[in-house]
Amino acid sequence: MTLEARGLGMTFAGGVTALDGLDLRVEPGEFVAVVGPSGCGKSTLLAMFAGLLTPTSGEILVDGAPATSLLGRAAYMPQRDCLMPWRTVLDNCAVGLELAGASRRQARERARAEVGRFGLEGFEDRRPAELSGGMRQRAALLRTFLAGRDLLLLDEPFAALDALTRRDLQDWLRDVAEADRRTIVLVTHDVTEAAYLADRIYVLTERPGRVALEETVEPPRPRGPEVLASPEFAALQRRLLVTLGFA
Amino acid sequence: MRVLRGAGPPVAFAALVVAAWALLTAVTGIPESSLPTPGQVAAALWDDRAVLADNAWVTIGEILVGYAAAIAVGLSLAIVIHASRAVERAVYPWLVVSQMVPIVAIAPIFVIWTGFDLRPKVMVIALVAFFPLAVSTIDGLKAADPELLRLLRTLGAGRVTRFRIAQWPAALPSVFSGLKVAAALSVIGAVFAEWVGSGEGLGYLVLTYNNQVATADMFAVIVVLGAIGIALYGLVLLAERLVLPWYHDERRAL
Ligand SMILES: Nc1ncnc2c1ncn2[C@@H]1O[C@H](COP(=O)(O)OP(=O)(O)OP(=O)(O)O)[C@@H](O)[C@H]1O
Ligand SMILES: [Mg+2]
Repeated sequence: MTLEARGLGMTFAGGVTALDGLDLRVEPGEFVAVVGPSGCGKSTLLAMFAGLLTPTSGEILVDGAPATSLLGRAAYMPQRDCLMPWRTVLDNCAVGLELAGASRRQARERARAEVGRFGLEGFEDRRPAELSGGMRQRAALLRTFLAGRDLLLLDEPFAALDALTRRDLQDWLRDVAEADRRTIVLVTHDVTEAAYLADRIYVLTERPGRVALEETVEPPRPRGPEVLASPEFAALQRRLLVTLGFA
Repeated sequence: MRVLRGAGPPVAFAALVVAAWALLTAVTGIPESSLPTPGQVAAALWDDRAVLADNAWVTIGEILVGYAAAIAVGLSLAIVIHASRAVERAVYPWLVVSQMVPIVAIAPIFVIWTGFDLRPKVMVIALVAFFPLAVSTIDGLKAADPELLRLLRTLGAGRVTRFRIAQWPAALPSVFSGLKVAAALSVIGAVFAEWVGSGEGLGYLVLTYNNQVATADMFAVIVVLGAIGIALYGLVLLAERLVLPWYHDERRAL
C-alpha cells in the first residue's frame, strides 16, 4: 500500500506540539528511514501510522484515499520491546499469529521455524527476563515480522543492541526486506544505518518535527559493506549530519 | 524441599515464643484462668481432641464456602469496575463504605434474614474478605503496561482479548496478594459469624469455654484456628507458585 502524510500535525493534550506540517510518502515495497533529533516526534509519527493516534491536523492517505482506521494494517514495533514477562519467548513472538486466529500450536510452529534466523534458538522456552537486551530486541523483531502485515513500522529497533549484533541484524533486515519486499518505515538515530538500509531517507527538524531533507539513496539496495566505504556514501552521510545540525 | 526449608525459621520462632511463655508462667505463677502454661494448653488440645475436631470441620466448611464466595464476589466486582468507568464511580465508594459497617452490627441482621445455618456465616466471611481482594485486583489490572496494550491493539486485539492476554496476567501477582489477605480474614470472619449466631464451630467453642473460664481449652481452640489459617494461607502460596512461576523466578534473580 502507498502511505502518505499530508501536512501532518500532532499537538498533545498537554500543549506539546510534536509534529507540525509534515509531508511524507512511502511507496509500496519501499524502505523508508526517518531520522531526527530526540523528541522531534518520530515515535509519534509511527504511532499515527499504526493507527494508535489521530493527527490533530493534516491527514494520512492510504492508496490515495483518506485513511479511516489504520489500526491493524501495519506491524508496529514500539521503541521498548514490550515482551510479556509471563510468556515464553516463543509465545511472545507468536502472539500476533495467535491474535490473527491461528491455533496456539500452529502459531508456535510458525514461530519456531523462524527462531534460527533471529538468533534465538535454544531460548524458545525461556522467559524474557532470561534474555540479553539484544536478544529481547530480536524477539520483538520476530514478533513484528510474524504479524504478517505488508507494512512494518520499526521504532529504533537496533538502538539497544551492541555494535556487532547491530551490524549483523542490519544485514539480516536488508536481506529479509529484499526477499519479502515488504514496505518498511524505520525510525532511527543512526545516520549510517539509515543510509545503508533505506531507499529513501527523511530527516526531520527539531520539535515540532517537519521534513528538513529528503534524500534518495544511491546505489539502489541491497547494498553491501563495500558501499560504506564509497565517497558517495560518505557525502550522503555528511549531508544528513549537516541537516541534523552536526557541521 | 523448599517448603520444608521455609518452615524452619517460623518453627524456630514459635519455639522461642513458647519457651518465653513457659518461662513467664513459671516465674510469675500467674493462675491458669488468666494465662495457662504451654503444657496445660497442650493437655487441653489432647483432652478436647474429639470436640475440637468435630467443631473444626464445621468451621473449615464455613471458611471454604465463605472464602469461595469472597473470591467470586471480589474478582467479579474488580473486573466489572475495571471494565466500566461509570460502574467504578458509582460502586467503588460504596465498597469502601461496606467496610465501615461494623460486622458486629450487621451479622445479627444476616442471622435474622437467613437463620442459624451456613448462609449468614458465608455472608459475613464474604463481606470481610472480598474487599482486599477486589482492591488489589483492580490495582493490578490498572498496572498493565499501556505500551503493551497499544501494541496488542495494532495486532487486532479487542478489549476482551487485551484483558485476557495482557491485563489479567499482569494483575495476577496483585490478585494473589489479595487472596492471601482474604484467606486470613476468612478465618476471622468465620469466628465472628459463629459468635453472633451458632451452636457449633470453633468460634462458638471459644465463647463457651470463655463463659466457663476454661482458659486452657480456649487457647487450644485458638491454636486450632491458627493451624487452619496457616493451612489455608499455605494453599494460596502453593497455588501462587504454580500459577506464577515467571514472577517468582524474576524476584529470585534479583
Ligand atoms: N502521549 C503524549 N502526551 C504528551 N506529550 C507526548 C506524548 N507522547 C509524546 N509526547 C511529546 O511529544 C514529543 C515527541 O515525542 P516522540 O516520542 O514522538 O519523540 P521521538 O522523536 O520518538 O524521540 P526519541 O528519539 O527520543 O524516541 C516529546 O516532546 C514528547 O514529550
Ligand atoms: Mg521515539
